Amino acid sequence: MPDRTLPRFEVVGHSETKVDAYALVTGKPVFVEDSDIAGSLHIAFLTSPHPHARIVEIDTSRAEALPGVVLILTHENTPTRRYTTAGQGYPEPSPYDARMFDSRVRFVGDRVAAVAAETLEIARAAVRLIDVRYEMLPAVLSIDAALAVGAPVIHDEDDATGIHDAARNTVSVVKVDVGDIEAGFAGSATVVETVCETQYAQHAPIEPHVVQGYLDNDGRLVLVSSTQVPFHARRIVSMVLDLPLYRVRVIKPRIGGGFGVKQEILLEDVVGLVTMRTGRPSLAVLSRPEEFYASRTRHPMRVRVKLGAGDDGVLHSVDMEVISNTGAYGSHALTVMSNVGSKTLPLYNKAPNVRFDGKTVYTNMPVGGAYRGYGATQGYFALETAMDELAGELGMDPVELRRRNHIQVGETSPIFEAIGEGKAGVEQTVKSCELEQCIDIGAERIGWDAKRGARRRDGSWAHGVGMSIHMQGSGIADVDMAAATIKMNDDGSFNLLIGATDLGTGSDTILGQIAAEVLGVPLVKIVVYSSDTDMTPFDTGAYASSTTYVSGNAVRLAAEQVRDQILEVASAMLDEEAASLRIGSERVTVATGESVTLEDVGLRALYATDQVQIGATASYVGAESPPPFLASFAEVAVDTETGQVKIIEYVAVADCGVPINPAAAEGQVEGAVANGIGYALTEEMLISDHGRVRNPTFFDYKIPAAPDLPRIQAILVDSYEPTGPMGAKSIAEIGINAPMPTIANAIYDAVGVRLRTTPFTPERVLDALEGIQQNG
Amino acid sequence: MKPTIALTINGIQRSVETELGETLLEVLRREGMKSVKLGCDTGDCGACAVLLDGSAVNSCMVLAVAADGKDVDTVEGLEHDGHLHPMQQAMVDAGAVQCGFCTPGILVSGIDLLSHNPDPTEDEVKEALGGNLCRCTGYVKQVDAILATARLQAGETDA
Ligand code: FES
Ligand code: FES
Repeated sequence: MPDRTLPRFEVVGHSETKVDAYALVTGKPVFVEDSDIAGSLHIAFLTSPHPHARIVEIDTSRAEALPGVVLILTHENTPTRRYTTAGQGYPEPSPYDARMFDSRVRFVGDRVAAVAAETLEIARAAVRLIDVRYEMLPAVLSIDAALAVGAPVIHDEDDATGIHDAARNTVSVVKVDVGDIEAGFAGSATVVETVCETQYAQHAPIEPHVVQGYLDNDGRLVLVSSTQVPFHARRIVSMVLDLPLYRVRVIKPRIGGGFGVKQEILLEDVVGLVTMRTGRPSLAVLSRPEEFYASRTRHPMRVRVKLGAGDDGVLHSVDMEVISNTGAYGSHALTVMSNVGSKTLPLYNKAPNVRFDGKTVYTNMPVGGAYRGYGATQGYFALETAMDELAGELGMDPVELRRRNHIQVGETSPIFEAIGEGKAGVEQTVKSCELEQCIDIGAERIGWDAKRGARRRDGSWAHGVGMSIHMQGSGIADVDMAAATIKMNDDGSFNLLIGATDLGTGSDTILGQIAAEVLGVPLVKIVVYSSDTDMTPFDTGAYASSTTYVSGNAVRLAAEQVRDQILEVASAMLDEEAASLRIGSERVTVATGESVTLEDVGLRALYATDQVQIGATASYVGAESPPPFLASFAEVAVDTETGQVKIIEYVAVADCGVPINPAAAEGQVEGAVANGIGYALTEEMLISDHGRVRNPTFFDYKIPAAPDLPRIQAILVDSYEPTGPMGAKSIAEIGINAPMPTIANAIYDAVGVRLRTTPFTPERVLDALEGIQQNG
Repeated sequence: MKPTIALTINGIQRSVETELGETLLEVLRREGMKSVKLGCDTGDCGACAVLLDGSAVNSCMVLAVAADGKDVDTVEGLEHDGHLHPMQQAMVDAGAVQCGFCTPGILVSGIDLLSHNPDPTEDEVKEALGGNLCRCTGYVKQVDAILATARLQAGETDA
């Protein structure tokens, strides 16, 4: 345990009930599609059946003739400006390579036309009546095909910008070289090299993308959207539709999960244009198959890691090479690839020599995007597989190898500064790291010492244990900005207005808890309203694990200003210096015990003397991005006859600083680990030779259900991040990175085979087992 | 002619006009039961689960006309005298609600389970939730909430 006393909090650090829990548990109509706006048009899409083709002719006459069809949009009647669908800060580090509708389609699922009609049935029927003549173009359906000499060029249009080398299908490149990598290998006692290939996977929020648009009474465009990035959505829609930004309002109500896929502007532009052109409300919802093949995915990657270490296990050189497949458009292409290195390499900062060589390529395949973990997921699979191999070569306990190499408090890594997000990163020193505690607790819980290498058999089932360690970040330093506004009411309650975006993560609640803590009131006295571009201050949005840290610090700063204003008023009321006053239990108190209530203060400020609205707006930009840490342990059983892998036990121990709401923080780890287990074992978008997603349903794309999972044990250790709000760091993403390497390492412990291609389906496991028998 | 069907939704009899081929899901949402969610339309996610004559079904897989004359219960009908159903309260207390999109379906499956197995094991609860997909929680706190409800209800019957 750390030898210090953590601060004591009244509201923070308690598992307060989520502010939206009652509305959600009673099924109130709080989601986008629940609003039933009278007279709303329904929008359906025609998407490309071909991976790469030019539209020679598009004839909508038969569709237009269908009664109930109101508007059809194609490349012939829509804005042609190129943009990126990635909802990132401006200017976006993703290339402007997409059009609302293009005369060229680049993947199976690319948008060809949209029909707005009186009912969804009519819109869908009309879609089938649109006649399109395509001229086929040769398609690029793998990383190797994209990089081959003479490969078809996917983005040869002359109005695209921000592409590194379009002629070679290369969207982005990042190269970093620290120290002398080859000299490090030359001086190493042991060198291992591993190449891992990860698959296409989808976020699968249970609520698909959905946007409802309408015009308000002043003719302004209102978009109610299941988005993670309302402010970016407003900016991008205004740009694409050439509408003044002040004529657009984006509101995010409750949304049914995001996981990164809703950091993308996929429907807002079309709904906006339909509503602007027709003057009528309009609604677009992706079907589940469209969600799979036409929205966004986790970038598949090939990652090579080479490690060199001395006899003592201390790393001399770490070399990582990444090729990421972004599919047809470069959404998040540069930044996800950068994060493969920037979120993993600093973890092992003992190596003086580090090289990172990353590139992202276009293919005529489904489009990559932001997905919880954001590149770190793919990077950690390769890095933590290689670390396990290195431990094996050295004859060292994998736990011990990690202990000798991981970053500690007071240390830094050159990678923090070397790799940023579209620009240089930010130098930082780690100020909180309880990874040792995480490893100790996890190893003890799983029974590491007794089970590792024991090769327990149970009929055809072979048991094994595996582990891995991780770090992430808390927001994008020097880029992400969040603001919060707090105003005081007559009764001593407060309105908290935040641009931050709660995706179900509980951020409205924890941001409310931070305000309540500073203002000395229970959480019920903080009325939280978020994510409405007309009503709340700016926030970059919910991504990059930024909300608790960046938005949380903005709330803390705003609350501190409001507290000072309250003390000022109370000082006049109590005739005491403000500095000698304490706020707490909904009162302002003098050392002698004399006090006034916050209601007294509120009433006086609004109605009586020196009248003033007590309130403040504060902004925050992270000067650094403190990493949360996690140690992950699993016991698996591998059926040597069928190749099936079962997770017997899973323990994830996290350092997220002070958890503002422990139940919510545990929930983030549990959910992320569950998603990561699916990614490791079953989830894979199967792509046909023709570039078509073959399994776009929940029946064929298997995400974990309750019986598929062990009871995931999420444990939060005591920790305190000095730069965080009330000592907090992020937690939402890190857990998803852990299962793939942890399970791969456990399979190795159980049956002695290394799986480097994902997911670990029974077929792949059996193939690997047979490979051993043949070789052995 | 549009078929008209009789449904008793949360104890209230209604006569409802339906379109040909319409599902129970569509009818219920149009009748204002927005707790019934569309997650897949293929019977694979459980977000649209309701109790049909007391048993959990995926309403996206039931033709509206097939529900003619039956009782349908949705989460809108769970509260009594302004009090949450104990399983709703248990979900809130356990921190089992993240985005909440799957929650109504989970409640329906949980209530269905306890109606015929009042004292389930943890594995039985997980099995009962096998048709409900949740992408946010990892199911840990949802399973705990259902087990807590069973304990609470057993306590009430013993007393
Ligand atoms: S919507 Fe009915 S089971 Fe998914
Ligand atoms: S709480 Fe989000 S899907 Fe279950």
